[in-house]
Amino acid sequence: MKPRLDEVTIALRAAREFADDMVVNLGYGMPGLCADAIPEGRTIFFQSENGMLGYGPLASDDAKDYEMINASDQPVTALPGMCFFDSAASFDMIRGGHIDIVVLGAYQVSERGDLANWGRPGRAATGMGGGMDLAAGARRVIVTMLHTTRNGEPRIVRECTYPLTARGCVSLVVTDLAVIAVTGEGLVLKEIAPGWTVPEVQGLTEAVLTPAADLKEIEL
Amino acid sequence: MTASKIYDSAAAAVADIPDGATVMVGGFGSFGGLPVNLITALARQGAKNLTVIANMGGVGFELSQRIKPGGYPDLGLLFENGQVSKFIGSVPALGGMPPTSPLETAYNAGQVEIEIVPQGTLAERIRCASGGLGGFYTPVGAGTVVAAGKETRVIGGREYILELPLPADFALIKAHQADTLGNLVYRRTARCFNPVMAAAAATTIVEVDEIVPAGSLDPEVIVTPHVYVNRIVAVPR
Repeated sequence: MKPRLDEVTIALRAAREFADDMVVNLGYGMPGLCADAIPEGRTIFFQSENGMLGYGPLASDDAKDYEMINASDQPVTALPGMCFFDSAASFDMIRGGHIDIVVLGAYQVSERGDLANWGRPGRAATGMGGGMDLAAGARRVIVTMLHTTRNGEPRIVRECTYPLTARGCVSLVVTDLAVIAVTGEGLVLKEIAPGWTVPEVQGLTEAVLTPAADLKEIEL
Repeated sequence: MTASKIYDSAAAAVADIPDGATVMVGGFGSFGGLPVNLITALARQGAKNLTVIANMGGVGFELSQRIKPGGYPDLGLLFENGQVSKFIGSVPALGGMPPTSPLETAYNAGQVEIEIVPQGTLAERIRCASGGLGGFYTPVGAGTVVAAGKETRVIGGREYILELPLPADFALIKAHQADTLGNLVYRRTARCFNPVMAAAAATTIVEVDEIVPAGSLDPEVIVTPHVYVNRIVAVPR
């Protein structure tokens, strides 16, 4: 088995998309790692859908305040200028296009950028939380995910078979094998993990990938 | 002389919630902002056949210890007691947790109905109820299972779905301080759904850390005006 990128490296690559002063929301799970992966010297304002803008890194064990948590239930630290608001105001911010980037996990992404990231077989009682609002409302949706399922099946597919979160919302997918842009002409393979070839990555992808003219190895 | 809204105990504050009531429960899901003492009192009170509206369904005491050391009581109590016939919220159960939360267990046993609502749509449906509106068009959920059976409309070239208001008979909420009139301020992310729900129920019951004299909260920072608050109980944490 060839080595694939680990989750921290995937988060580092996704976080390279964050520009100075952007407002960024991080979804549940792997996307949360992006909080600790911001490029040096860049100021990012993290928004959390439970009603907080401009929070800092995760709190250490002796400084945890369970009334200051991110949307993944983790206590965070304060930064100067941070603010709090209620859930309705938070989702106005999200739906109204005031979030520059949201990073979300996914079960599947389709060749048109459809996203499926909340429902899965056997767990009918799980819900989408704020995922649908974020996918529909953020200016740019980046997905971080593993390229294949535990059984080796492709997660980047022609049509999502899992319940949809939103149609045509994804603009960039960062996996443990590749960086893929969703374009009007389909999926473009922009970057590839060290040691992997285009046919190998295509072989693990159901949707057709078009290699970019400037295809390169994933850079951090 | 203004009639007092202050109750001596959480038990007294929830005593008249009847079988079949629709009850909103504030917070986000985990400890911060959750009215844990009012939930515990409702579990002891025993009202049945409730419709519960909350962002999350709770994880139950066992799993709550993974979220906060020592754990905390949550909505799981009501599902364990079989008090709830319907849950409306955005995250009935957390996919990242084992499928053993009281709500997921009750759902899998066919004991409770679930209506899943996107989180922002949930907040806005509640706000519509508080503000006397008949509903709103949102792009959230268009083209997904959430749109099933709903009116759709294309506005500015984008597809929207019609969502309707979500009122309640009672709201159980958590605030940091109340003054004796019922003006409320919150603390950090414990605000979340609490102010939204406080305004949308026929009877709003608030659990606070502290009750202070009217006039001692800065009017510029009051989040929930007292007109929305019916009952106050102080339970220092």
